[in-house]
Amino acid sequence: MILKTPTSPHIHADITVTTLMSRVIVALTPAIVGYVYFFGWGLLVHIAIAIAVGLSCEAAMLKLRQRPLQPFLRDGSVLVTAILLTFCIPPLCPWWITAIGMFFAIVVAKHLYGGLGYNPFNPAMVGYVVLLISFPKEMTSWTPPGILQGLQVGFGDTLAIIFLGDFPYTLTLDALSMATPLDTVKTELNLSKTVDEIKTGNAIFGDFGGIGWEWIGNWIFLGGVWLIYKKVISWQVPLAMLGSLFAIATIFYLKDASNYASPMFHIFSGAAMLGAFFIATDPVSSCTTPMGRIIFGAGVGVLTYIIRVWGGYPDGVAFAVLLMNMAAPTIDYYTRPRVYGHSGS
Amino acid sequence: MIRKLFDFHGGVTLRQHKKETTQQPVEQAALPKRLILPLHQHIGHPAEPVVSIGDEVFKGQQIAKPISDISAAVHASSSGKVVDICEHDIPHPSGLKAPCIIIETDGFDRSRRATARTHDLNDLSAEQIRHIIQNSGIVGLGGAGFPSSKKLDPADKKVETLIINGAECEPYITCDEMLMREQAREIIEGVLIMRKALQASRCVIAIENKKFKTLDIMNKVVERSGYDFIDVAAVPTVYPAGGEKQLIQVVTGLEVPSQGLPIDIGVVCQNVATAYAACRAIEHGEPLISRYITIAGSIVKPRNLEVRIGTPINDLIEQCGGNRQTLSKVIVGGPMMGFALHNDEVPVVKTTNCILVNSVIADVPLPSRLPQAMPCIRCGACADACPMNLLPQQLYWYAKAKDFDKVQDYDLFDCIECGCCDYVCPSHIPLVQYYRFAKTEIWNQEREKRFSDHSRERHEFHKFRLEREKLEREARHRQKRAEISGPSDEDHKKAAIQAALERAQKKREQSAVMPKNTQNLTPEQQKLIAEVDARRAKKTGFKDKP
Repeated sequence: MILKTPTSPHIHADITVTTLMSRVIVALTPAIVGYVYFFGWGLLVHIAIAIAVGLSCEAAMLKLRQRPLQPFLRDGSVLVTAILLTFCIPPLCPWWITAIGMFFAIVVAKHLYGGLGYNPFNPAMVGYVVLLISFPKEMTSWTPPGILQGLQVGFGDTLAIIFLGDFPYTLTLDALSMATPLDTVKTELNLSKTVDEIKTGNAIFGDFGGIGWEWIGNWIFLGGVWLIYKKVISWQVPLAMLGSLFAIATIFYLKDASNYASPMFHIFSGAAMLGAFFIATDPVSSCTTPMGRIIFGAGVGVLTYIIRVWGGYPDGVAFAVLLMNMAAPTIDYYTRPRVYGHSGS
Repeated sequence: MIRKLFDFHGGVTLRQHKKETTQQPVEQAALPKRLILPLHQHIGHPAEPVVSIGDEVFKGQQIAKPISDISAAVHASSSGKVVDICEHDIPHPSGLKAPCIIIETDGFDRSRRATARTHDLNDLSAEQIRHIIQNSGIVGLGGAGFPSSKKLDPADKKVETLIINGAECEPYITCDEMLMREQAREIIEGVLIMRKALQASRCVIAIENKKFKTLDIMNKVVERSGYDFIDVAAVPTVYPAGGEKQLIQVVTGLEVPSQGLPIDIGVVCQNVATAYAACRAIEHGEPLISRYITIAGSIVKPRNLEVRIGTPINDLIEQCGGNRQTLSKVIVGGPMMGFALHNDEVPVVKTTNCILVNSVIADVPLPSRLPQAMPCIRCGACADACPMNLLPQQLYWYAKAKDFDKVQDYDLFDCIECGCCDYVCPSHIPLVQYYRFAKTEIWNQEREKRFSDHSRERHEFHKFRLEREKLEREARHRQKRAEISGPSDEDHKKAAIQAALERAQKKREQSAVMPKNTQNLTPEQQKLIAEVDARRAKKTGFKDKP
């Protein structure tokens, strides 16, 4: 009789990395549905491209690094990266934009740093920033929500635009695209208009942020709260990020409402909501101590505002997250919680 | 009923699996043919045998005596004959052997009732209580096995709260719960004994809040007893609420200082089974020879038994309808902190509270971690679960990198190895294993360092001694020279040179006479040469090598 002698604990919770990643994907589903409703089929096509490219890159890198394929291809992390990246890509972008973005995210930002768990930077955001810097035209050609255009680009047309660059009728990308609300505010404030002047008469603005966008923001919020409830993400990062963004925007808004957009506009525009619940909360590249997470989130919020208002880009979430990623190890080191039985110091 | 309780950080909610073993009353386990009684069933110094092979012993007879303050006696759990005192397998994580007294039972289970001395608590001093408890072989029965007499000695410290631990937070284990249900009155007596030994102001019996029936029984007994200094606290059913440090925090809101003892903050924690044993020892004069044990898992009849210390575990498994042929794993203790046996032919010892049986056919009761661990994704679930508020993800990182300075920086030695971090890890990393590894490595390094420090000190002392002797010699020489030398330095130098020249000359002569070829000499010639050499050596004081 040979007895097995594993070491304690002898039981384990029914949870895996795949469980966590699936929950993130489930939480993103309402936002995906909303996105498709407002902006057409483009997102789904890009998600498909991103997943295909992402999984191929992942498999190739695992092979090169002589790691087992099965567990890592099944962990779901590539799917999450793919969805997050495509959320940041205009829905009618050419296919190769997504492909290059995923290549950078998976090969450079993830595997060259050691693969799952070792990447200091958020892969999706690295991919996005590479695209934004390298292909600014494609990356800023956002189509407004379909309800504003009065026409919906069908699925077949979407495929044709993305893969072949063939636009239906006599349309062009220029004709289809429009500045985003954040972009509009930024450009027109530079033309000495007041926020009120910018907003009045521009149908792209909704109640708080951009029309359509703010609804996606609601769905993201819903998914995010569910993730907190499920303990997949912590409450500290989203709260600190949205809180600090709201706080700093309020200060400037109260000081000068004609030159600074309202705090609600900031929270419901651009990638703020997505960043707070799904990007800044990436466990690998963000802080891991409770206090550290608060500082990390607050940092992302403040930097986002600074870049949006005084920086060169209309949105700043990606840069803010990457900058804070750099600071995460140091923040973690200085925010160690007081251990049981140790006097606080 | 105590109202105000406190929280502890983290913890995990586990499936209890306690129903199966709390349905039927506790029975007496069958008397085994052989009893294997290890001399070292506690923390501290092993007991010393006071019987020899061939001796007839009766039930309850002391067969090994404590040799120090931190030691406990061992008693025969039944009558019979000492057949051996030898190394035998004991329940140990590393499958070690240790000295044991082996008794072949005679089946009569004879005890010498006449010699059993019962006591009245009122007549006993704290010192006497501790003496009886030590000689009754009582140790902490919750798992650690620290000699109770020592733990009941407050020395010059003041004990505010005596906590009686009936939380029993690990899944499957129900022996304390059953003991409380069946022996509530005796437990209260035990609490009084301990309270007297410690001079404690108040006593709190802590029980998990999901043990409704047990809480009810204990509450009623405490109420009937009329002692207003005893409270029953219903602590949250979160693992590890029954861990000493966590329980103290829940009941008092205080934290045991790192590297310190509960008594430093005026708290002493004792297990309910220890309280019961104390009562048996003082009131009935019975030493610790049996205890309640839960036997659960892949067996036909999971239940609690009152088992004699020294009963082989394989006997118990068979008695509860376990098939020894299909065993795959036997865990002693709970699934979170227990250890797996290498061999089931080991005895039940004083600290054995649960035997968890797994068979190859049905390994279901213990869904364990995946064999393939994924990389840490720093999700922090471990830190959220850690009852010591450590950062297990950082500890893992540094333990894996063998950065033993950093790992201590992150307070590795405050880890209680409860396994919460390991349990919740989505990457299924065997975290506790890493911490144990790091601890062992650090201990080894420290031992080596102590050893090398010791060697260095010795070496340095050696150097110092040589130096001192040299100085002393020189001082002596100087003194001698001063005594004999009238002549000037110049003459002295000349004389020294002359002496050196003479020595060199003599040496040359000697080497010249050295025989060149000594291989082919006859024995007579060799003898002759030896004699010459001896004479020369005697004359010149110069010893030539043969």
